[in-house]
Amino acid sequence: MLRFVVRRCLLVLPSLLGLLVVTFLLIRVVPSDPAVAMAGDAATPEQIERLRQQYGLNRPIWEQFVSYVGKVATLDLGESAFSRRPVAVDIAQRLPATLMLTFCALAISVFVGVPLGVIAGLSHNAWPDYLLRVFSVMGIAVAAFWFAIMLQLLFSMELGWLPLRGEISATIPRPPRITGFMVIDAMIAGRFDVVADALRHLVLPAVTLSLGGLATIVRFTRAGVLDTMQQDFVFYERAMGYRRWRLNWIYVLRNSVTATVTQIGLLFGGLIAGGVVVESIFDWPGIGSYTVQAILTGDRQVMLAVTLLVGVVYAAVNILTDLVHGVLDPRLMERG
Amino acid sequence: MSPILRKLSRDLPAMLGLGIVLFVLVIAIFGPMLAPYPEDAAASHLTRRLKPPSAAFPFGTDNLGRDIFSRVILGARGALSIALTVVSTAMLIGVPLGLIAGYRGGWVSEGIMRVTDVVLAIPQLVLALALAQLMSPSLESAMLALSLTYWPYFTRIVYAETRRLSASLFVDALRGIGAGSGRIVFLHILPNALSPVIVRATIGLGFTILVAAVLGFLGMGATPPAPDWGLAIAESRTYLPRAWWYATFPGLAILITVMGFNLLGDGLRDIVDPRIRRSR
Repeated sequence: MLRFVVRRCLLVLPSLLGLLVVTFLLIRVVPSDPAVAMAGDAATPEQIERLRQQYGLNRPIWEQFVSYVGKVATLDLGESAFSRRPVAVDIAQRLPATLMLTFCALAISVFVGVPLGVIAGLSHNAWPDYLLRVFSVMGIAVAAFWFAIMLQLLFSMELGWLPLRGEISATIPRPPRITGFMVIDAMIAGRFDVVADALRHLVLPAVTLSLGGLATIVRFTRAGVLDTMQQDFVFYERAMGYRRWRLNWIYVLRNSVTATVTQIGLLFGGLIAGGVVVESIFDWPGIGSYTVQAILTGDRQVMLAVTLLVGVVYAAVNILTDLVHGVLDPRLMERG
Repeated sequence: MSPILRKLSRDLPAMLGLGIVLFVLVIAIFGPMLAPYPEDAAASHLTRRLKPPSAAFPFGTDNLGRDIFSRVILGARGALSIALTVVSTAMLIGVPLGLIAGYRGGWVSEGIMRVTDVVLAIPQLVLALALAQLMSPSLESAMLALSLTYWPYFTRIVYAETRRLSASLFVDALRGIGAGSGRIVFLHILPNALSPVIVRATIGLGFTILVAAVLGFLGMGATPPAPDWGLAIAESRTYLPRAWWYATFPGLAILITVMGFNLLGDGLRDIVDPRIRRSR
């Protein structure tokens, strides 16, 4: 077990180093002269020279790279040109909101998607299957930003059931920040009206964000169930008179979800990218809207830090996926 | 009729996809002739702003009084040409790299595949947004950014295929009769590795239309007054909920187009390799 974990972690290291090189090149090489770009159009040559000194841009490129890696390792991600605060502080403050949203979206995808996938697989080539197949194709093809606007149009503007944007109503005083997770902080403060308000704000963004993953999970679970249903053990257990329900939802399901688990891992990329769009539409105060703001204002330090963060999260999720695989199928762990 | 077409014609969803793709293609080519108000690509008519759908304007009009139906039709050309440019550029980069990495082996192969892994480790949208911003936002930088982030998908597929094929008997035979590496790779391995590449490209076209729409929506792609679908949805946000039609129809256009490419790609994939499960 431990060897398996350590091995997986070591395998990620070259990718992380590569990620550092890519982000470094992005900021130092893509613009022809970063000092000129940073100083703006009205800068005098002296100002540009000073910037070059300040950021060490006059030193050899490998030396700059080494100091960059050193800074990243100590979580010194520079200062946001927009908020004038250290990027690491900004990120730490916004991370809980994003985690909350991503977690809810993932939960919806899994807890709705897996049962729907099983239903589709069991009713192969009957109407629930057709319906779910259409749904899963549409779920992948729909533009998340458009879907978000349609939801806002219907549920917030027309029906007025759910709030339009934000993490919490402006009229409600925010609970003291303890964990940073709005719902949990409100619970700690004992304000259950605030909890309800925060949850109502979560619904639309979480549903929007879950859509792509939901469709993917339905597809893969369906395919997995179709595969498993043809195996001998299902035939045998059916002949032995096992209860239908127990057979389908426990034995078949367990053998059908391996591919789905891989997909859940891969979904994180989509969730992060989707979060960028969904957060900016719903004014969700997380990493995604921070990214959009940074990109629109050309805040390079933030862009760099976010790209790096996303890469690291992605690598971590991949390790986690491998571990879950190992638990579901212990043979994989034996092989290391 | 070739066997591929015959198999495809039996797959109803794939035929639907093919139908949509051909339909969008026709609209993209003949758009200015089909649109009822082709001049609305740029013109504005302030007397008929934000009119709801009617017989004269089936999809309503936008904030500058332009016919949304015409602009949705005119937008097809932009969306398709972006997708085609991006996917073919990505193929031009990704396919040769995959061939080299798969055929050569050694440190060249290692190097190429590690870079591929790194680029794949960052969600395409985030990387493309960062790149587009660094190259100063415009439609050209958006397309370049999308190409520079999509090639690894092709490299990975071609790499796997090339590895498989270069161990096969016919490649050994070619080496035996003294064929050069370039000849073997480009004339013999490449044609055999092409079908999964075509499947990926088909799905990639749909996916690129989607990501390009996001870039347009965030203001990093097409610029006004271009009749871009993503841009139109972004512009519509100021006029909601009154002008619901303004946001709805361009979004439906994106949905249907991307669905067409996905359905067709899935159908082609089933023909090329029935064992592979359907996925993005």
